[in-house]
This record gives sequence, structure tokens and C-alpha cells, in this order.
Amino acid sequence: MSMVPTLLSVEGLTKSYGGVHAVRGVSFELRAGEILALIGPNGAGKSTCFDMLNGQNIPDSGRIRVLGADTTGKKPRVIWRMGVGRTFQIAATFPTMTVRENVQVALVSHGGQLFNLWASTARQARDEAGRLLDLVGMGAYAERPCGELAYGDVKRLELAIALANQPKLLLMDEPTAGMAPRERVELMRLTARIAREQSIGVLFTEHDMDVVFEHADRILVLNRGTLIAEGSPKEVRGNAQVRAIYLGEGLLYDARHREGAPA
Amino acid sequence: MAFYVVQFLTGLASAASLFLVASGLSIIFGVTRIVNFAHGAFYMLGAYVAFTLTERFSGAFGFWGGIVIAALVVAAIGVLVEMVLLRRIYHSPELFQLLATFGLTLMVEDLVVLIWGPDDLVGRRAPGFKGAIDFFGQNIPSYDLFLIVLGPVVLGVLWLLFQRTRWGVLVRAATQDRDMVAALGVNQKWLFTSVFALGVFLAALGGALQIPRDAVNHAMDLRVIVEVFVVVVIGGLGSIIGAFVAAVLVSELNAFGILIFPKISIILVFLVMAVVLIVRPWGLFGKPEAPARRTPGLTVNPWRPLTMNERLAAIAALVVAAALPFVAGNYVLTVGSEIAIFVIFAVSLHFLMSVGGLASFGHAAYFGLGAYGVALLAKMAGLPMIACLLLGPLLGLVGAAVFGFFAVQLSGVYFAMLTLAFAQIVWSIAFQWVSVTGGDNGILGVWPEKWAASPSHFYWLSLGIAALAVAILRIIVFSPFGFALRATRDSPLRSEAVGINGKRIQWTAFVIAGTVAGLAGALFAYLKGSVFPDNMGISLSVDALVMVLLGGVETVSGAVVGAIVYKALNIWLVSQTDLSKLVLGGFVVLIVVAFPKGIVGTLEALMHRRRKSSSAASPLLTSRIETAE
Amino acid sequence: MRGYFVGAGLAIAVATMATSAMTTRALAQSEIKIGEINSYSLLPAFTEPYRKGWQLAVEEINAAGGINGKKLVVISKDDGGKPADAQTAANELVSSENVAMLTGTFLSNIGLAVSDFANQKKVFFLAAEPLTDAITWSKGNRYTFRLRPSNYMQAAMLVEEAAKLPAKRWATIAPNYEYGQSAVAVFKKLMSEKRPDIQWVDEQWPPQGKIDAGPVIQAVAAANPEAILNVTFGADLVKLVREGNTRGLFKGRTVVSFLTGEPEYLDPLKDETPEGWIVTGYPWYSIKTPEHDAFLKAYQAKYNDYPRLGSIVGYQTIKAAAAILAKAGSSDPEKLIAAAEGISMPSPFGEITFRKIDHQSTLGAFTGKTALKDGKGIMVDTAYRKGSDYLPSDAEIEKLRPKD
Repeated sequence: MSMVPTLLSVEGLTKSYGGVHAVRGVSFELRAGEILALIGPNGAGKSTCFDMLNGQNIPDSGRIRVLGADTTGKKPRVIWRMGVGRTFQIAATFPTMTVRENVQVALVSHGGQLFNLWASTARQARDEAGRLLDLVGMGAYAERPCGELAYGDVKRLELAIALANQPKLLLMDEPTAGMAPRERVELMRLTARIAREQSIGVLFTEHDMDVVFEHADRILVLNRGTLIAEGSPKEVRGNAQVRAIYLGEGLLYDARHREGAPA
Repeated sequence: MAFYVVQFLTGLASAASLFLVASGLSIIFGVTRIVNFAHGAFYMLGAYVAFTLTERFSGAFGFWGGIVIAALVVAAIGVLVEMVLLRRIYHSPELFQLLATFGLTLMVEDLVVLIWGPDDLVGRRAPGFKGAIDFFGQNIPSYDLFLIVLGPVVLGVLWLLFQRTRWGVLVRAATQDRDMVAALGVNQKWLFTSVFALGVFLAALGGALQIPRDAVNHAMDLRVIVEVFVVVVIGGLGSIIGAFVAAVLVSELNAFGILIFPKISIILVFLVMAVVLIVRPWGLFGKPEAPARRTPGLTVNPWRPLTMNERLAAIAALVVAAALPFVAGNYVLTVGSEIAIFVIFAVSLHFLMSVGGLASFGHAAYFGLGAYGVALLAKMAGLPMIACLLLGPLLGLVGAAVFGFFAVQLSGVYFAMLTLAFAQIVWSIAFQWVSVTGGDNGILGVWPEKWAASPSHFYWLSLGIAALAVAILRIIVFSPFGFALRATRDSPLRSEAVGINGKRIQWTAFVIAGTVAGLAGALFAYLKGSVFPDNMGISLSVDALVMVLLGGVETVSGAVVGAIVYKALNIWLVSQTDLSKLVLGGFVVLIVVAFPKGIVGTLEALMHRRRKSSSAASPLLTSRIETAE
Repeated sequence: MRGYFVGAGLAIAVATMATSAMTTRALAQSEIKIGEINSYSLLPAFTEPYRKGWQLAVEEINAAGGINGKKLVVISKDDGGKPADAQTAANELVSSENVAMLTGTFLSNIGLAVSDFANQKKVFFLAAEPLTDAITWSKGNRYTFRLRPSNYMQAAMLVEEAAKLPAKRWATIAPNYEYGQSAVAVFKKLMSEKRPDIQWVDEQWPPQGKIDAGPVIQAVAAANPEAILNVTFGADLVKLVREGNTRGLFKGRTVVSFLTGEPEYLDPLKDETPEGWIVTGYPWYSIKTPEHDAFLKAYQAKYNDYPRLGSIVGYQTIKAAAAILAKAGSSDPEKLIAAAEGISMPSPFGEITFRKIDHQSTLGAFTGKTALKDGKGIMVDTAYRKGSDYLPSDAEIEKLRPKD
């Protein structure tokens, strides 16, 4: 195991709002090619934790390292340039562009061409964009306006965008929220396949326990800002504390429970 | 000491008038998100109607009754406007409501002259408040005291209205989240109408109450509207307390400022606004706006470069335009040059607005800086024309670099207002710095050199530069930079997450737009042979906005058409009729209602629809849209 | 695609303008055209009487046989108060209407813009109302003449009276733009020459059209002046007077005020007219000269309204233009300049001359004191002051005016 490099290491991450501890002393590691789920009931501090990892929120204390480099408190765009791709709970894409252009923007940015005022973007990284779209199964829709896509396809497009900087680490915030059941399975299988093939580490939060237990290699359970459990799906499922927390919500057992679409 | 107390009270009285109007604007914006440019027009109508009523009905009852009835009458007019006009355009792209209310203002300005005549009207003094009260040897007009009391009373009544009534709760809810109120099953239409009526009532009341102090005239609207905008923005949009505090702040700063700097009034409010927006981007009492929802009408048709055929057509059109000097006389050529210059100006704003998503209300500043750059270089340094044309716009570049840096930190209405403040600051420098800029008498004698002096040569020069500017901006739109800019506009979240430094991209875009505007200004200086502070005034900024919206804000270069149509129409109307504002205003309102996508946007939508219907909609697509819902 | 629209738009513009130009050219043989520009839509209160004035003049001239047998036609354009639009209008008048000369303008900066245009395009321009001294002096040019008594002349007229006052502490209130600034500057200069003993204790510069009268009056009162110079006018003046009356600013203080005696500015004040202000203006009700009587009668007969000063200016502008055209017998600008330099003609205020040295007319103004009569403001103790008596020496003008 120690042969596989540590991609992400988090130490003592803490954040509080006006005396309320949203996240308290969270530490964990993520290795290349590993798929790690971060779960917990509503208000457990998942989002805060996630936002600190991707740079949208600055921790009060603690340290975040990606491939040994310190990313604590860095801006999202800087973290992206350090090899971290991400997707949002509500997919964020560029609705006025075509599907291909969406990916091209990310590729152009990765290529350091953002302040090129003269070249035609249409010819930039066209094939590369096509390859990424093929990878997520969106090749056929390359010339479609992004604004016309079904939501599941927007999610896949977002994945392609997230992969444009050849990330070592992928942060996915509720990747399957708002999707139809069949699409959820497809998207997560796709993600898992890409992660294994390209040896990308994936950290994701998720409400859908089916998804979590089917795809995560390891699970972190957060409650009231602290990690209360960590381990393989089997271990977590058997953890009494976790069961206690989730008992009220019935999530661990009601596999059919579905989150409503995000507002 | 007594003097300072009295000066303070005098400031409070000014603040009360300002607050009445400002609170109305703020309430309307808070709920409907409409930047109601016509607010000043309602204020003016309030004064005119109140004048008529208070002259007609005698006695104290006649006076105060007249004031209140006038406000009610104007509020009824407001309801009519809301139902007939605004309801149709709530879902139009952002700022279209501004354009419509601007058109309305133009119309009202001419209408009041038609109805009440051109003379300044001086109404009655308020019965019971004619005299002054002695305060340690200083006189305070009793009407001022009345206003000082009225301000907080209105504030209190509004507070009660919003805190204690169901209607008020709904309004507050709507201010925070429009969609939520719609979800609650409230009749949103009537909520909007009633809010608009209340806002207009307050504006008209503010106007009517000016009768004992002011002369009623047809320029009252513009005098008040900009100041009121500024007060609302300083206080924080949608905040009534904010409007009150800002009105007091601005009025008191003015009252005491003139003791030290007698010339400060002209610029004071804008200085305060610029400082407030830089330090507190959402105003004193405002809250950060939730990221704007995507405008429903926003096009989903991605932009694309011209096809080969379209390119040929564009070149052919350019050739036709270039042939104009062979058929037309000097006047037409000069008008042609002016239109070409405004095409450059409009496309520069369009670049900022449509591509960058940044609607500037002060774009004329950079136009004017370019013009002054040329004038100063030509008159003071005596540089040749070519050098001036190349170097003059650099002043626009520098101005845009400095102001743009601060402006792009903001977005939406706050961005618009900060750019307006900067433009007014630049304007007042041109206006006040008489030794360098000649003040409002401008700089004269900036005529082109011999090679460009003839109307046809100057026309070709302007047309050539316009074509070049349009082409270059189009190339930039489709360059990686252009995509980065659109990405930042489309989704700040996503663009940041793919390594785009949105602020730097927008700043660069601001500088590009400012430089191109400066180029237009440089040409304009040579066309007119002179520059005036006018060249950076608010009305020029508004003109540019109208051109962009008219062309179509969702198009790649609709502003070209917008500029041609608006400018040609404007010149023609001003030449043909003294009621040009009435006709132009009516035209603008008509366009907004009938073609909310603008001229080019509407044409594109038509063509798109035709293309769609010719190739039957794919069943796959339909099913996908269903799943999305 | 968009380029296509550029062409189409321009083509339409061309077509309409070309046709209108053609139809007008055909008529040109039997008439003489004067191009007239003013801020009709921006300043209707002043430009409406002005328009009535020049329309009366046109009627009279044509009734008397026109200019050398040709019918006089005035083509009038609105500038909307913008110098750039005034130039567009000037250009249209010259290039497509082929007018013999340009006249009009109200605002100083517009007057200067058109004057510079005239100089560049070699067109004769008779400025009607703009008051700035620059138009005949520092920025004067050989193509531009001006009818109304300038800022300097009006200041000189007022100074003559003001210098007699015992007051030593003076404050000024003027709109913050070139007109206000130069009026104050000239008044101060001339006043200090005559009365080295006076002190200027405060100056207030409210923005034009946006005076916040209360604080301004408080500030002036705090400086405790013995006399006040006012340059504000229009709605600002109304506010100033109302607020000043209420606050007692004018009690025990003499006010010297530019233009306030003109009906345009005095009449709106009605029963609130402050008494005893020393003003320049136009007391149409008390001028008893045959020239003015004739004008007054004709004006009242045609419009059933009394004239304002603007009516006089409009009337005399076109009368002067016609006299110059008749004397030149041509529309060649050089001949017009030659004819205009030194030309004398009658006016409702008596004979006036356009001086050769600076192209300023010697039309004068009335000074007097404000008073109340039947609830209306009027001027009393009026005296007509000839323009020629209030101009600096030729040597000084030589220094001020650039060589042609």
C-alpha cells in the first residue's frame, strides 16, 4: 500500500462560524486511484469541509496538501492548476456555448492561452476536447448547445470539463444529485472507470447510499464537524455509531430513498 | 454654534425630499428588480399635477389635498404604466426595463411642455408654513421643519407597513427571493403592481412637496433621478433605512462641504458613492446579491463566427457603404462619419456588456477621454493627426485601466453605478479644470489635417476604422480570451474552477472596451473639431446603452445595427422636429415591447426558428428535455 | 451578416437625405435661406419667445418685399442643448440646405462650437444669445458676429451702479459653469478697479439647475456680507429667492443680479419678487420709444402675448441678418463679413452697430431696480445703457482677440 503515493492529505481541518464548529479537527488521506466517499447527515459539515478542500472557503486552522504541495487557503483556480478537478452539486457549465466549446475553454485555460486575443478558439484543442467527450460518452453531442442538454448529460459534460487539466485528484460534490436512477449508476461507473484507468483519486460527497456503497473504496463519516468513522463500506455499514446517526434518517437501509432534485 | 445647528437642520430638510423619492425607487427595485429610470419623470409629474391642483383649489385644504391627490393621480398613472408596459417585459433580458423606462422619461419630458407650457411654474407656498422660525438669530423656514419631521414619519410608516402587514411581509419576502413568493401562491402580478404604485406614489409626493420651494419645470426629472439613484445605491438597493441614511449623509456632506469647497456640490454625491462602493460594495445597508439567476430569455444558441458566405456579404455591405461618397453630398457623408463613429462606440460597450456581462453606465467617460486626449495632444503638443489618433485613445486606456480595476470587483447594478460614478468624476474634472480643459466651453479648433478634411475622406477614415474595430472585436470574441470572458459571464463558479482569473479577464476586457471607446472619441473630436464635457456625459452613456440593447444584447455584434438605427433616427428626428424626445421615446418603448431581443436578436431568432422547423425536431432531444424536467 | 445591415442602414439614410436635398435645391433660386439653431427642446421657456420674435421678423421682412426681392426663409433646427448636435445641425444647414448664413444659439458652449464650425467651414455666423466674452474676444474669429451684450458689457453696466453702493463686504452666488464663472470674474475685476476698498467675503457655486438653496443661503449669510452678487437664473433663481426671502438673507443687503430683470426670469417670481435688486433686464412695459412701440404693437397683435427679452433677440437677429444680406447683395461669406463690419441698423432699442474690431453689436441693455406691482415683479428706475459705452478700449481688445 505504501507504494501508492498520497494524493491528498488533510490534517486538523477546522472551521467555525461565530462559535459554532462546522468542522473540527478533520484529518484523512487519499491515495492515487482511490475512491473515497465523504458522508454524513445534513449539517454534518460535509459542504464546509468540501469547500475548504476546493478553495471556496478558508479554514481557521489545519493543513491541506495535494501531492505534497500546500493548498490551504489557496484560490480555487490555483488549486485547479495544481491538478485538482472538480464538479458541483448543481452542475456548473457554460450554457451559451456548445458542448465542445465548454471543454475547449478548460483545455485552453490548462494550456495557458487565456490571454490570447487573436487565435481562433474553434481550432484550439479541438481533438483533445473530442477525446474527452468521447471518454464520457458525449462525443455525439459535441456541437449541441450546452443549454439544450438534459441534466444527466450536463453532469457528464461537467466531468469532461473537470478532466481537462489531467487532474490527479477529482473532487465531486454530490455527483449524482438531481439525476434519474439509471443515470446515477452510469455516471458513477464511468467515473470509477476513468479513475482506475488514469489513476486519479476521487473524493466525493453523496446522499445516495446505494451509490456510496457500490462505488466507494473507503468511506469517511462526518457528524457534527468531526470524523466519527472511517473504513471500507463493510466496516462503515457495521459501525454502531454510524447506524445510530442514520437510524432516524433510515438512509442506510432504505436503498430506494431518493433525494429530491436540488432547488 | 447656532449656525452649524441650522445648517445641519437645513441639510436634514434637503435629505427628507431626497429620501421620499429614493425610498420609492428602492422599494421598486427591491421587489421587481427594475431600475426605474422613469422615477424622476413621476417625480416631475407629481410636481406638475400638484401645481395645477393647488392653483385650482384654494385654502389650506386645497393645498394639502392637492398634494396628496396629485401623488395619488400619478400613482394611478404608474399602475397603468406597470400593467401596460412593464408587465410585458419583466422576463426580458436584464436592463430592458431600464431602456423602457428611459424611453418613457423622454416622452414625459416633451409631454409636460405640451400640456403645461414651456415656462417655469412657481406654485403656492404651503399654508401654515410660509414663514421662518428664529433660532438664536438664525432663520429656519418652517417648511423645512415640516420636511424634517415628514422624512422620519414616512420612514416610520413604511417600516410599519413592511413589518406589520401581510402585504409588507410578502414584499419583504419578494425582496429576498422572488421565486419563493411565486411558489407561495401569491398573486405576483398584483404584488408587483402594488409595489410599483407605492414607489411611484412616493416619488410623486416628493415632487409635489417641492411646490413651495422650487419652480416646476420640465428638467426636474433629470435633476433628481441621477441623485436619487446614487442615494439608493449608497444606502444599499432595496433598503429603505439605507436610503434614509444615505439621503441624510449626502445632504449633510453637501451642506457642510460647500462651506469649505463651494464648488463641491457638482461632484459630491458621486465621490461619496465611489468611496462607498469601493469600501462596501453593496452599499451601507445592502446585502450581497445572490448570484444572478440566468435570465430566462437568454439565448441558448451558441455564437459562431461568420460563415464564408456571411463574410462575403459583410464585405459586400462594406463596399456598398464605402461607395457612399460617389452618390451622397457632404451632409450625408458627415452624418455617415458620425454614425460610423457611434458604431465603434457602441460595439465597444457591446463587447463589455454582451461578451463580458458588464453593463457600464459610464462608458462615455472613455469616449470622452479619447476625445480630450486628441484635443490636448493636438492643441498643446501640436502633434500631427495620425499621432493624435493613435495616442489619444491611450487616455481612454489609462482611464479604463484605473477605474476598471475597481469596477470589475463589483457586478450587476453596483458595477453599473460605480462606472457611472467614475464617469461623473471624469466629467467634473473636464468641467472644472478650466485652465486645461477649457471647462464647459471645451477645446475648439481640433480639425482634421488636409488629407482627412474633406467629408468623403473623413467618412472613409471613420468607416475603415469602424470596420476594423468591429472585425477586431469579433476576432477577440472568438479568441481564447473571448471564451474566457464569456465563461466568466456564464458561470463565475465554473470558470474559477477551470483556472480562469475572472477579475483579471474582466479588467482586461474593460481596458479593451475603454480603448476602443477612446478611439471613437478621438475620431469624434476630429469630426466635430472640438470637445466638450458633454462628450463624457450621462446622456452619451445612456445613448450607448440604448444602441446596444436596441441591436440585441445577446448577439455577437448587434450593436452595429443598434448604433446605425438609433443614431440615424436621432439625427433625423432632431433635425425634423422639436418633439424628437417624444418620438424617440415612443420608438424605444415600442422596440422594447415588440422586439425584446433587439433588432438583430429578433431577426436571428426568426431565422433560427425557420431553420428548426425545416428540420423536424429530433425525438431524442425532446425526450432528453423531458428527463431534464 | 451584420455588415450587411451597415450597408442597408447607410443606403436608406443616403436615399432619404439625397431626395430631400434635391427638392430643396430647385426652390433655391427665388429665395434666400438663413439657417437658425437653438436649444428649443432643452430650454423652451427662453427659446419659445425667441422663436416668436424671429418669426415676426421674417413676416415683416417678406411683407416689405424680402431681401433684394428674394423671399427670406429661415430653416430652424433644434440642438437639444448639445454642442455636438448643434454642429450636426449646422452642417446640415450649410451642406444640404445651402443656407447663406448661420444664426442663433443660446448656450455659450454651443455658440462657441458653432462659431468654430463657421470658422473652419468659412460660413458666416451671427450668434444671437450666447453671452460668453470668448466668442468675440479670446476665441473670436472673422466669421462670427454676436448680437447680445456680452457678459463683460452687462457686468460693466451693473458695476456702474454697484460701485455707488456703500457696501464693502461682498459675496457672490453663481452657477458653477463658464457663464457664472466669467460673470463673477469680470464683475470682481471691474468692481475692484473702481472700489479697491471692497472685500470678497464668500463665494458659492451651486451646480447649474441643481441648487440646494437652503445650505447655500446659510453659507452666504454666515459670511455676513453687506451686498450680494447673484448670477443664477431660471429655476435656481426661484429657489434662491424663495429660500432667501424666508431666511431673511436679503434683509438689509443689496443684491446685484445679472439678467433678473428679464421677463423670462422675473415673471415666474410673481409676488415673491424681492424688491430693490439692481438688475439688468427688459422692462417692455416702460420703454417709450417709437421703435419699441412699433415692435411691441406688432408682437402683441400677432401673438396676443407680451414680449420677453428672447423675443427681442430673436427679432433683431433676423432683422440684422437680413440687413447684412441686403447690404452684401450676395451670400458669399467674404462679402457678408465686409457688409457686416460696421453696419448700422435700427432696432427696438434704437440704432445698433456691429463693430469692425470685434464683431460685437452695440445693442445695449436696461438696468433698473426690481419692485412689486399688483403682485408682479417689475423693473423701476430703468435706464437704457448703450452697448458701446460699456466695452473696453480698442487697444485692450486688440490684445484679447487673436489675429485673423
